[in-house]
Amino acid sequence: MKKKIRLRINGKKVEAEVPTNRLLIDFLRYDQGLTGTKEGCSVGVCGACTVLMDGQMVSSCLALAVFADGHDLTTVEGLAKDGELHPVQKSFIQYGGFQCGICTPGQVVAAKALLEEIPKPNEEQIKEWMMGNLCRCTGYYKIIESVQKAHQFAK
Amino acid sequence: MIPFEYRTPKSLKEVHADLRKFGTDAKLIAGGTALVIMMKQRLVRPSCLISLRAVRGLNSIAEKDGGLKIGGLATHREVETSSLVRRRVPLLAETYRHVATIRVRNMATVGGGLAHADPNQDPAPTLIALGATVKVSSAAGSRVIPIEEFFTDYYETVLKPEEIITEIYVPKLPANSGAAFLKFLPRTADDYATVSAAAVVTLDRSKKTFADVRIALGSVGTTPIRAREAEAVLRGQPVKPDALREAAEKAKAAVDPISDFRGSSAYKKEMAGVFVRRALEKALAGVTAKKAKAKTGRPAPRRRKR
Repeated sequence: MKKKIRLRINGKKVEAEVPTNRLLIDFLRYDQGLTGTKEGCSVGVCGACTVLMDGQMVSSCLALAVFADGHDLTTVEGLAKDGELHPVQKSFIQYGGFQCGICTPGQVVAAKALLEEIPKPNEEQIKEWMMGNLCRCTGYYKIIESVQKAHQFAK
Repeated sequence: MIPFEYRTPKSLKEVHADLRKFGTDAKLIAGGTALVIMMKQRLVRPSCLISLRAVRGLNSIAEKDGGLKIGGLATHREVETSSLVRRRVPLLAETYRHVATIRVRNMATVGGGLAHADPNQDPAPTLIALGATVKVSSAAGSRVIPIEEFFTDYYETVLKPEEIITEIYVPKLPANSGAAFLKFLPRTADDYATVSAAAVVTLDRSKKTFADVRIALGSVGTTPIRAREAEAVLRGQPVKPDALREAAEKAKAAVDPISDFRGSSAYKKEMAGVFVRRALEKALAGVTAKKAKAKTGRPAPRRRKR
């Protein structure tokens, strides 16, 4: 069974016919070719699949693609503008906020959402916000530092 | 996931019509954070999903008779961050803040969480202690159910296949009341509780005697549990540490936890007593704290999560 959906992905209008049982993450990765979003635990715990729906963090592994109908999605591919990285991305590079990198798209997208709500978050606010984004390399100190200093790269 | 028909009703009336038409083959879906996992694992295999995501007017949070009326489609995050909830029933905002992570709370709805009826969830014990009610409706009409009578077993409730949760009502606390929810989390901050306990205490005018007490626990049985015998020990009695300990003992007798990776049955039972006592102590401290706050007019300091 299929359903037609209309949405925006990273600012671009998209129309697609998707099977009703298609997960949002599979729609993004396999139908749209946006493989920046990763699948980790598949049960909404690890945060690797974090995308923004109307600016709010959601687990794309727990959402159906049809949930996105009429909504505005942001994936990690949508952060850089005109070839220039987002301040959060610059900060993660500058302060070494990643090791193996698998969790990084989710971390970066979650951090972007945080900075939209709290431009200069303190450590406690970062920890509470990012609690659901796991890093199995356990590079948490560097991640916290990268998020905390991201405002330096904002224009 | 097996294929399914996906319905997108726009109003409660259309939801009722879909429920009547598809009945037991259908599942309602809102945030999907619980149901999608169960469908992926093929524990639930509905041939039709009735999405509530386009239904309007069921996510409002408003004041009613001094208490709070919360639409079934309000998200956990909306309850947690609502200034009205924080002002009127701060414990409710605090309890919803304990659920999983922000990402899940952005999607999971109040009604969906209750209908899912996992006894490990956080909100139910607090809602039971606060004396909340659930309003459900179908094409045939609506009914109001005290929340402690809502759950019947693991993932089972009194909801009929054609019914939907439309509203939760949380009454105003009487004067001289304090409320607390404690979640015992020895593993990770986003885990289900090993044991959770909620307590609401109301003292008489002298503030030396319990006028009323409500105690509820989570993660220690097939449903959230109201510890009535523990309450009975305190009601009408003077506020004394010995009485709290006696109530904690009664609470231990009311629970029947399973052994799992969060702890053995015996350990959880022991912790149920400990956390009921601490919840009562915290609720009692809240009765006096409220008075101090009124005096200085300062807002209460923001609580740290962990």
